[in-house]
Amino acid sequence: MFNPQAEAMPREELRKLQGERLRSLVARAYERVAFYRAKMDAQGVRPEDIRGIEDIVKLPFTEKSEFRDQYPFGMFAVPMSEIVRIHASSGTTGKPTVVGYTRADIDNWAECAARSLGCGGATAEDTVQVAYGYGLFTGGLGMHYGAEKLGAAALPMSAGNTEKQVMLMKDFGVTVLCCTPSYALQIAEVAEQMGEDVRSFPLKAGFFGAEPWTQGMREHIEERLPLKALDIYGLSEVAGPGVANECLEQDGLHVFEDHFYPEIIDPETGASLPDGEKGELVFTCLTKEGVPLIRYRTRDITLLMNSGPCACGRTSRKMARLMGRTDDMLIIRGINVFPSQVENVLVRIEGVHPQYLIIVDRKGNLDTIEIQVEVTEDLFSDEVKKLEALRDKIHYQIKAMLNVSAKITLVEPKTIERGLGKAKRVLDRRQRI
Amino acid sequence: MKVRQVSIFLENRSGRLAGVLSEVAKAGVNIRALSLADTSDFGILRLIVDNVDAGVKALKDSGHTVSLTEVLAVEISDRPGGLAETLEALSAADLNVEYMYAFVCRVTEKAVVVFRFEDVDAALAALKAADISVLPANTVYAI
Repeated sequence: MFNPQAEAMPREELRKLQGERLRSLVARAYERVAFYRAKMDAQGVRPEDIRGIEDIVKLPFTEKSEFRDQYPFGMFAVPMSEIVRIHASSGTTGKPTVVGYTRADIDNWAECAARSLGCGGATAEDTVQVAYGYGLFTGGLGMHYGAEKLGAAALPMSAGNTEKQVMLMKDFGVTVLCCTPSYALQIAEVAEQMGEDVRSFPLKAGFFGAEPWTQGMREHIEERLPLKALDIYGLSEVAGPGVANECLEQDGLHVFEDHFYPEIIDPETGASLPDGEKGELVFTCLTKEGVPLIRYRTRDITLLMNSGPCACGRTSRKMARLMGRTDDMLIIRGINVFPSQVENVLVRIEGVHPQYLIIVDRKGNLDTIEIQVEVTEDLFSDEVKKLEALRDKIHYQIKAMLNVSAKITLVEPKTIERGLGKAKRVLDRRQRI
Repeated sequence: MKVRQVSIFLENRSGRLAGVLSEVAKAGVNIRALSLADTSDFGILRLIVDNVDAGVKALKDSGHTVSLTEVLAVEISDRPGGLAETLEALSAADLNVEYMYAFVCRVTEKAVVVFRFEDVDAALAALKAADISVLPANTVYAI
């Protein structure tokens, strides 16, 4: 355990701490962020109405769209002089959600990422290969700072260049791997192709997240790589990786509740649901200074487990593996994709509104995305090169807008099934949990 | 002189070509010449038919993506070098052939080559200037 005092804090004490932190958070947010002041005023709730953590249900929710509307800095509660880092979502649904971190925010986030690594038994002795992307995406830098905080040696590989990942993993005696679960399998596969006996590498734990994965995939990874495959959860609006992490019991993800307070609500009514019931996950960032976040609706569906104290000794509640989404967002190789974005690209290309179908699959270990576009008379040409140019243009624009490489298939009209009301736009063939 | 060619989009799946041809047949439309361009993903079927309007209607009504393209049908002497002379004339006029396909006419025993140009009028003028025989559309539909 990286921080036993916080991670094994008695529940009563934790609740008291959460209440104190919530009071301070709400006071700050109300005073400094016009958005929260307006929402709380509209709901008729004053900062002094919040006395303990149980009062959190009095507060209004924050929607992703509201966050985005505050682009770029409307959610910031401190002047730029106090901000030391800015991350942003991929912004593929329009403007990105922008999160500024104060020095304390970075420190708290690193603390939680270090606790995450500690959940898998990592210590200062370990070498942590960070194969999440580095950049505006929080995966790479989040785990990097976590590893350093832990005192481990961070190896900032970022994603890609898999042969080099394998070479350094072997030559440096890497013990901890952080990446998407599909990329972990990719690394294993490339290692095998290179003739490396990856089962003999000194790996012990892997922290895999940023895309949905299954128990079956965990077993598959653990067969191929000599490590415990652990689920890590985070999202850029809340902090990044390290909001919650599985311990070696591999039965639910410990939420670092002293920083990120979880709730489960009914996505239709917004009503709070008790532990053990499935619903939408909502987070309040109790300690955030740069961008305070109150009751943020993640759109992720899961439940908070009511299984009692965990054998690992941590007292925080655990959330179950993600069970789906309340919206139509797809996560493809760690990248969030909304069908509406594909539609926007297509509409912009020829000024027409073609029928399309997004087919997501997992071939081998990698998510694949195919977009079938119906060739209408507006798009059709009797020349192969023009149709190929159209296909390549769609591919390029999708790549530019969504940052995913999609296979574009031109299909005959009426190939794509029309629903009675809304057309079916997505076919997700990946194995569900 | 310009021949109306019917172009149809095809997915590269079994049965698609047969489906198109059966629609044409049901409409009583006869195919005079045909070419199929294919890629790994899709194909484009190009047809010269005896009754263009009936063919297009039948295909559109059955939900196919159809376009009409103007092409030129050139009669080529059936001897070595016949086609080369025609292409040299086009090249001399700086005309690019987008695609072409050939068939042999039963009546005249001559070869007929269908050309698709970006600028069909310029091509027509160049062929006339080079004294190359371009077949009238009605002759082609009736071949």
